[in-house]
Amino acid sequence: MSEQTSEVREAIEKAIADNEVILFMKGTPNAPACGFSARTAGALQSLGAKFAAVDVLPDARIRSELSALSQWPTIPQLFVRGELVGGCDIVTEMYASGELAQLLGVEHEDGALEEPTLGNGVLEIENRL
Amino acid sequence: MVMPQAGEIKSRIEAAIPGARAEVEDWTGGGDHFRASVTAKAFSGLSRIEQHRLVYQVFGDEIGGPIHALSLSTQSE
Repeated sequence: MSEQTSEVREAIEKAIADNEVILFMKGTPNAPACGFSARTAGALQSLGAKFAAVDVLPDARIRSELSALSQWPTIPQLFVRGELVGGCDIVTEMYASGELAQLLGVEHEDGALEEPTLGNGVLEIENRL
Repeated sequence: MVMPQAGEIKSRIEAAIPGARAEVEDWTGGGDHFRASVTAKAFSGLSRIEQHRLVYQVFGDEIGGPIHALSLSTQSE
């Protein structure tokens, strides 16, 4: 592992450790660059969950190091309290069953995914990865 | 590069995971976004994450490469 790569790895590890709920995605919650990322961020937003988000697109090393670390091949990836919860499929399933709300300690509102309230409840994380 | 077919994805999952039954569809018709529903005894006792990992492991680096997306739903038998 080169020094630069391990720097990226350490930054990812720190971001996961420092943020109780953190989503690695393509694009940002307000401007997602992929449908899977949009859906996952939308589930969190519709629960009014506070979460940090990291865009993996600016630097290809973020994605490769993240996947090496998490042993999970695709983006998005949601971590809660340092543990990988899953990608879009698992988060969507857990949203529907109420497990996601439970995990995040928020009230689950019945019904369809609301329109995400943009910029509300979203912790902006400066992307220094 | 040869694009994988839904049938090929299905048979590779079934060959790699003992007792697995997979239904695979080409989500977009483009040969790179697939949706699979997999049932297997091998999933029993595993968390959802671990079940999905077992399926992803069948394809290794192809996920994110020629297989742009593989959406999964897994059930243990």
